[in-house]
Amino acid sequence: MGTTTAVTMEINAESCALDLDNRTTLLDALREHLGLTGTKKGCDHGQCGACTVLVDGLRMNSCLLLAVALDGAQVTTVEGLSSDAVLHPVQQAFIDHDAFQCGYCTPGQICSAVGAITEAASGWPSAATAQERPVGSVALTEAEIRERMSGNLCRCGAYVNIVSAVAEAAEAAREAGR
Amino acid sequence: MKTFRYERPTDPAAAIALVAGDSGARYLGGGTNLVDLMKLGVETPELLVDVSRLPFGEVEETGGGGLRIGAAVRNSRLATHMLVRERYPALSQALLSGASAQLRNAATIGGNLLQRTRCLYFQDVSKPCNKRRPGSGCPAREGVHRDLAVLGASEHCIATSTSDLAVALAALDATVHLAGPAGTRSLPLTDLHRLPGDAPERDTVLRHGELITAVELPPPPRSARSAYRKVRDRASYAFALASVAAVLNVRDGAVHEVRLAFGGLAAKPWRANGAEEALQGRPATEDSFAAAVRTELTACRPLRDNGYKVALAERLAVAVLAQLAELD
Ligand SMILES: Cc1cc2nc3c(=O)[nH]c(=O)nc-3n(C[C@H](O)[C@H](O)[C@H](O)COP(=O)(O)OP(=O)(O)OC[C@H]3O[C@@H](n4cnc5c(N)ncnc54)[C@H](O)[C@@H]3O)c2cc1C
Ligand code: SF4
Ligand code: FES
Ligand code: FES
Repeated sequence: MGTTTAVTMEINAESCALDLDNRTTLLDALREHLGLTGTKKGCDHGQCGACTVLVDGLRMNSCLLLAVALDGAQVTTVEGLSSDAVLHPVQQAFIDHDAFQCGYCTPGQICSAVGAITEAASGWPSAATAQERPVGSVALTEAEIRERMSGNLCRCGAYVNIVSAVAEAAEAAREAGR
Repeated sequence: MKTFRYERPTDPAAAIALVAGDSGARYLGGGTNLVDLMKLGVETPELLVDVSRLPFGEVEETGGGGLRIGAAVRNSRLATHMLVRERYPALSQALLSGASAQLRNAATIGGNLLQRTRCLYFQDVSKPCNKRRPGSGCPAREGVHRDLAVLGASEHCIATSTSDLAVALAALDATVHLAGPAGTRSLPLTDLHRLPGDAPERDTVLRHGELITAVELPPPPRSARSAYRKVRDRASYAFALASVAAVLNVRDGAVHEVRLAFGGLAAKPWRANGAEEALQGRPATEDSFAAAVRTELTACRPLRDNGYKVALAERLAVAVLAQLAELD
């Protein structure tokens, strides 16, 4: 029994078969094996969120996931959010709101925001949600966005504009879903 | 990181046999703690047995009106589950106060309960640490210990357990179901983690190869309310300095039923049996809450830099009980 494993994942809607050293994290598989360098390595310890991607639709820190454990999973990275030349609404909102400075945290912020908007639309509460009876979807107020996006640090401190970008994209998604 | 083999058996018995038969084998849940510790060189497994896809992924009502939670359920799924939100708000609140949304989406219930301490020396292999290398010493006692234990510590180790989930489960009288090479057994959640004594390397009473299969909650006490509150250095995405989980039922202005547990103070969730007894039948007022909590916390033995936790825990517990009693 060896220390490498064959893994197949669907990454940005394309099937990828890889033979990986078991130690390879999803983050390293994306960056080093597949050339998808949009996803960034900040801390490599789950503490900053720069490596956030969507796994089976849920946002996760790719630096702490072993790729071997994800055989059969669907992964979406920042490269997979736009279709053709059209940016994802969250990407467009980040540009419109000037929601970055150096941009290093941005791919993780954007993937995290996409996940956060889906979670709130599904009625998932956060620590900022009032504990009344469960509702169908949670409106993303500023307090909700700050809490739900707390897993993404920004060294440049672009938080104020990140919050307004996420608020606008969430509102647009609500309108579209109505 | 050292190389290792990886297995993902589909049958629990096969998983148990693989780990039980190999002292270098570890179970893998979401990996958010184990992979981190492997990168740091703190954990050096030779074989990882992935249990995240075993058939323990459901949350089910039990016949008696309680809840059975599979060990592979992800933290975010449990926190947002309708029955949990309605019947066990303390549990939902505790989970939502832990880590970040990304980590909660990956972390499993079994892995959360068995996460290891965040003591800085434990995580730094260039330093001595009795928990990591028995007999090498405990630099935290004289060094950085602002986050560490004030209750139940020993001269050998002052680490705290950091699972918010475990604190809520302790107050909710949860049971942990285990399966191992010698069969199955069940324990009260409060008996799972152990105080360091002279064997700080053992966080829990689990034997090698034992697998957490589920956590079971009894039905919530009728007309009782529950809550979890956590204090930390920043508003979100940080471990607890102190936390409180409480269940309270007040009748005619007196405490009819109360359960109280502290987090961030000890190597295990600290069920405050002394305070609970002192409160039984007493008026549900801030004064009696404070007196009872103080009785419990007389056991605290703070060190140079963590004495603030005692006053913090007292005020936090009084605030949570007052909130549940609707005193304000
Ligand atoms: C930056 C950061 C902040 C965090 N903040 C918090 C916080 O505020 N509050 C909090 O509570 N937690 C916090 N955590 C910890 C996080 O909750 C844990 O890492 C997570 O819950 C572990 O679950 P897992 O499934 O990923 O476990 P893994 O990493 O897969 O496993 C952890 C341990 O459990 C064992 N194990 C896993 N499943 C089983 C099973 N079924 N039976 C027996 N053994 C098993 C593994 O062998 C390993 O020893 C934080 C983590 C990070 C990285
Ligand atoms: S407190 Fe415990 S974990 Fe921390 S250095 Fe001392 S022995 Fe190690
Ligand atoms: S690189 Fe993964 S959280 Fe920082
Ligand atoms: S824009 Fe520079 S770190 Fe966020």
